[in-house]
Amino acid sequence: MPTKIEKDSVSGQETTGHEWDGVKELNTPLPTWWVYTFYASIVFAIVYCVLYPAIPSLSGHTTGLLDYTNRSALVQELDRQNSERAKFIDRIRAASFAQIQQDPELLNFAIAGGRSAFQTNCMQCHGAGGAGSTGFPTLVDDDWLWGGKIEQIHQTIEYGIRNANEKSRATAMPRFGADGLLTPEQVGQVTDYVLSLSGKATATAEGAKIFQEQCAACHQADGKGNQEMGAPNLADGLWLYGGSRDAVYRSIFYARNGSMPAWGERLDEATIKMLTLYVHALGGGK
Amino acid sequence: MDGSSPSLYATRIKVYPRAVSGKWRRVKWSALVLLLGIYYLVPWLRWNRGPGAPDQAILIDLDGRRGWFFDIVLWPQEVYFVTGFLVLGAVGLFLATSLFGRVWCGFACPQTVWTDLFMLVERLIEGDRNERMRLDQGPFTMSKAVRKTAKHAAWIAIAAATGGAWVFYYVDAPSTVRAIFQGEASLEVYFFIGLLTATTYTLAGWAREQVCTYMCPWPRFQAAMLDEQSVIVTYQKWRGEPRGKHKAGTTWDGHGDCVDCRLCVNVCPTGIDIRDGQQIECIGCGLCVDACNETMGKVGRPADLIRWDTLARQQSREQGKPLAAWTPVRARTVLYAALLAVVAAAMAIAFFLRSDTDLAVQRDRSPNFVRLSNGDIRNAYTVKISNKQQHERHFTVELRDLAGATLTFTNTTPPLAIHPDIVATFRVLVTLPAAAAPSGSQPIEFVVRDGTGRETATHSSVFIGPSR
Repeated sequence: MPTKIEKDSVSGQETTGHEWDGVKELNTPLPTWWVYTFYASIVFAIVYCVLYPAIPSLSGHTTGLLDYTNRSALVQELDRQNSERAKFIDRIRAASFAQIQQDPELLNFAIAGGRSAFQTNCMQCHGAGGAGSTGFPTLVDDDWLWGGKIEQIHQTIEYGIRNANEKSRATAMPRFGADGLLTPEQVGQVTDYVLSLSGKATATAEGAKIFQEQCAACHQADGKGNQEMGAPNLADGLWLYGGSRDAVYRSIFYARNGSMPAWGERLDEATIKMLTLYVHALGGGK
Repeated sequence: MDGSSPSLYATRIKVYPRAVSGKWRRVKWSALVLLLGIYYLVPWLRWNRGPGAPDQAILIDLDGRRGWFFDIVLWPQEVYFVTGFLVLGAVGLFLATSLFGRVWCGFACPQTVWTDLFMLVERLIEGDRNERMRLDQGPFTMSKAVRKTAKHAAWIAIAAATGGAWVFYYVDAPSTVRAIFQGEASLEVYFFIGLLTATTYTLAGWAREQVCTYMCPWPRFQAAMLDEQSVIVTYQKWRGEPRGKHKAGTTWDGHGDCVDCRLCVNVCPTGIDIRDGQQIECIGCGLCVDACNETMGKVGRPADLIRWDTLARQQSREQGKPLAAWTPVRARTVLYAALLAVVAAAMAIAFFLRSDTDLAVQRDRSPNFVRLSNGDIRNAYTVKISNKQQHERHFTVELRDLAGATLTFTNTTPPLAIHPDIVATFRVLVTLPAAAAPSGSQPIEFVVRDGTGRETATHSSVFIGPSR
């Protein structure tokens, strides 16, 4: 297509010099300032490509003169935050729980840090604010499986329950029905006895006898449990796996034996301490 | 555009105000010294508030979220006092305008004050009106370059001082001034000094009367506040016309008092001719009054051909009627004064009733309630108590409308010691025996008492029990 720029006789404006089936187009260029912003953008893009990671290759990309990456920026930011927190974290690591509890500023920091760690690591099972759900204990009440004193909470979080850690809290309730230790009928009788402890059923002499023979060793003769063994209090009307007759029957027939990870393997010492203080302050701490 | 369509913009004709002396010029200088003095010196006032609190008398601490005004400390939730002052300022301007015309514009507006200061500097360096005009029209010489550079340098120095003083209202002045010069002040400090330096230099050095004529909304609606009883700058047309040159010693018959010396135009900071009557550009500074009196004295005619007067009195003067007394008490001034009084009273009442303690209570919603091993029902609350006084206080918290409830604080026991000027957060557990627990939600009220047993704050919340 030949280029033949000519002046349009009607508007006095120049044409682009091209013709399509007799139709010519007037040349209406962009305003100059607009064109210059394009040039400025091109210059910016070149400078950017030289300074920052930009051009992909088969096995990676150009790194740019500034050696900038989002990841290194994040690492720097985290380092900065950690160094700001370090003075508190160091004090928390060095202090005993009693010392932290007597220092309002440090305690505030620890509980806030504990709340944050709780929301990342614990909330999935124990619920927001430690509300708990079936099979996962409520942490705001005063009913503890392994003890609600601060050292006991600390040990539970650090080493966990029924896991591979050698210091883990580890006891096991027998599968009374499934392993044939009791007949289904006997399981039913002891279920009624257990429910009678909180006034939910009428006990039979057979049920009481089986309870004393089979259960009292861990759950105590009065059914109030033993935190040394992680044996729950059966008389307080609070049920981890549900308080219906069916749920209690299943608990005895199959046993439950819930477990929890040893958080000491995943979190650092100061975080575990802050978590402990947070859980202790939720309302159930002794 | 082909150039044939008319331009929508008027080209600015540069104003070269001439120096003038006289009564109103003296009033303006006094206002300038007073207002700039207040502006630059107030941040340096010290006020001892004891340890831990800033010793700057007036400080708006944005980081610490406190406004310090001598012994008054405002918290962010009391920002309505600022709103109140803005309303007072606006209504005060309405009242002043309906009484005295644009006295704010002419004497007190920062644009006027700083422009006046910049013009003074300009006059000291480049000379008066005629000299400046000659300098601008003349060829570019070494002396011209030196004078222009000196002028702009002086302007920028004043502008920087202005920006600096502004920053000092928000940060501690003595330590920041050191940090600024050592290059250690925060980025915000440098940014705002830079910003206000730029605006001061541009608005007072270059834009000047264009700010008043085109940018400022205030002149647009001031016209609605003026009436024929407002005291404004007037040219007594009936006395001045017909104007014209007058030869000394000849008769004044058939000749108005105005000798058309154009002094009133030359001194005008907005470059208008007051003899054209009321104009939107007139800022009511009264410099033309001084200029005209200078001339009237020279030609031996009575003073005040241009004078402060009301339009009503001008009319009676013109018609030779007995001069009516000025009536400052009119419907609109009474209305503005009443508004002013109401807003001021509301603010005063709000100020004296403002509490020195705030209480906020947030109930835990996960879980809504918890059942304890003995059957009791417990709700947990986060309680925040603000101690707005400047000394440590001890508080107790109690519950209203919930018989038999026990309050337990996590990790502390009442009385709760709260440091001065902070918000302290506590976790409170409220426990009720199962039999007393409500089915569903029951409204309750938290009450905070200070060390003297005085009830200082309340906050309503609810207690939730299992539905039965």
